[in-house]
Amino acid sequence: MVNDLAERARTLRKHVVHLAADSPGAHVGGSMSVVEILTTLYFDGVLRVDPADPARPGRDRLIFSKGHSSAAYYAALAEAGFFPVSELDTYKKTGSRLAGHPHTGVPGVELATGSLGHGLPVGVGLAMAAQAQGLPSRVFVIVGDGECQEGSVWEAAMAAAHYQLDNLVVIVDRNGIQEDGPTEEIMALEPFADKWRAFGWATVEVDGHDVGELSNVLHEVPLTWSRPTAIIAKTVKGKGLSFSENTNAWHYGHLSADLKQQALQELGGAS
Amino acid sequence: MTALADLREGVRFDPATTTAFEACRLAQLDLAREDPRVVSVEADLGDCWGLEFRERMPDRFLDFGIAEASAVGAAAGLAMGGKRPFLNTFGTFALMRAAEQVRLDICYHRAPVVIAGMFTGIAAGFSGPTHHAIEDVSVARALPNLTVIAPADAVQAYDATRAAFAHNAPVYLRLGVEPGPQVYDAHESFEIGRGRVLREGSRLTIVTCGVTIVPEVLKAAERLGDVEVIDMPTIKPIDRELLVRSASRTGRVVTVEEHSTIGGLGSAVAEVLAEHAPVPLRRIGLPDAFVKEIGDYAEQLRRFELDAEGVERQVRAWVS
Ligand SMILES: Cc1ncc(C[n+]2csc(CCOP(=O)(O)OP(=O)(O)O)c2C)c(N)n1
Repeated sequence: MVNDLAERARTLRKHVVHLAADSPGAHVGGSMSVVEILTTLYFDGVLRVDPADPARPGRDRLIFSKGHSSAAYYAALAEAGFFPVSELDTYKKTGSRLAGHPHTGVPGVELATGSLGHGLPVGVGLAMAAQAQGLPSRVFVIVGDGECQEGSVWEAAMAAAHYQLDNLVVIVDRNGIQEDGPTEEIMALEPFADKWRAFGWATVEVDGHDVGELSNVLHEVPLTWSRPTAIIAKTVKGKGLSFSENTNAWHYGHLSADLKQQALQELGGAS
Repeated sequence: MTALADLREGVRFDPATTTAFEACRLAQLDLAREDPRVVSVEADLGDCWGLEFRERMPDRFLDFGIAEASAVGAAAGLAMGGKRPFLNTFGTFALMRAAEQVRLDICYHRAPVVIAGMFTGIAAGFSGPTHHAIEDVSVARALPNLTVIAPADAVQAYDATRAAFAHNAPVYLRLGVEPGPQVYDAHESFEIGRGRVLREGSRLTIVTCGVTIVPEVLKAAERLGDVEVIDMPTIKPIDRELLVRSASRTGRVVTVEEHSTIGGLGSAVAEVLAEHAPVPLRRIGLPDAFVKEIGDYAEQLRRFELDAEGVERQVRAWVS
């Protein structure tokens, strides 16, 4: 199973490479770092969603708050069956619904994101609505670490604990780098996990590229009764490509034909 | 045309390939060299043409991270404390994300902050609805004490940035995304509150503003014949006298803008004309809807009939 997931992750990374090469450009860094998180949610039976009926009442909700990393998100949605994989070729092309930032015109997308700091507050509302109606649905919100500099994230964190939303899970893609540079140089976040704990969240730190570790935690939520769960997934920005790892130089970029070939080779052959 | 490189020592850019935002950043750097009070307030978008400032004046490049409310509030505080901040971020993040901070912390206190809004309009054509700023002028215009300026090219953006600084009160600069064709030569381009007649005509007045849009309108006007074109970079306070004079003479006005037709330049012109020179008016701009279609800038302009052909078509349809 873990091997299958690793293979899935590799497929998603290859899609990201294609999307960044065959379009005006993509947010490569944050797409590559979030791959295993998406893989575990969609392909390890965590998310209770139905690609054939994306609006099914009572479904789990995934809110992809770091919407700029749409290349990885679309790849996961397509591989999960929300729309044909071939449609990925239309990414950022005229007439396509696959815009640089996701919107609800795309099957499986629950919230139009791209302006950072919106996902968690809306997630709080969705989680409250589910609880109020006695629905089984859980809400998973994926945020960037730089995104956690937004005050709205912490206002929502406070509300989630206050309302004891144990059906709410935030997964932070803690790759340590934002657009202008390392988070700790631009606007320090540490002690980061302690901040979530102090806000009343059941908090764990995991290796965000280890699908086994992610799987264990995600299948266990809520970690504490009547508390929201924060999963700090330690990741590498640009993970998987020698030239994009651990730098903000590939926060956003277009892959030349040469780099595309090199990237696909590094990921284990063309596809 | 005079390259702006000739204008001032230390300024080196080609107006034809430079974005308005880049020109604004260059002006900020020049002003920072001249005035030690100048600081750049950032919200993690410094890599959008701000790196030179960061390199040359690291102590005056103040990044607040992805936290616009904090950055806007801090810009206001810095200004009240004697600094002269430029706030650099996307137009939508400054004016809509942090709208109340702009309203109360900057405008209410008349704190001399220049808000430099990039990625305005629909030029970020592939980014999707979250990244378009098509209501920013509407928001900005409604805020007391805020001067609203949409330059027509890089030269005017450079000059408008210096003028905004000299104004010593809150200013919003609407700077677009892409470089556009040059409209102005150096030195002659800008004064706050003054519109400029770029082309004289007697049958109709077109009032417009903004990067790429002004040159597209000029092209349309060539084909339309005897029409007047006014560049109105200061949307607030608008040049009422010029508007009334032109409208009274031509008897018909069209506005063209890369913004919702609600609350932008068209509305500003309508307000003036309705009270001071009631003539038939047609507002050309973006519909009252989120722009979900994606495409490059040229395609987007074509789709919304804001390119020269589209403007010509819309004007002809209206007057016939
Ligand atoms: C409110 C808001 N401010 C600024 C931006 C511009 N922006 C897009 S991505 C990004 C950096 C995101 O960093 P992080 O959250 O760490 O994401 P990752 O490193 O995973 O890409 C910024 C500043 C934005 N999209 N939204």
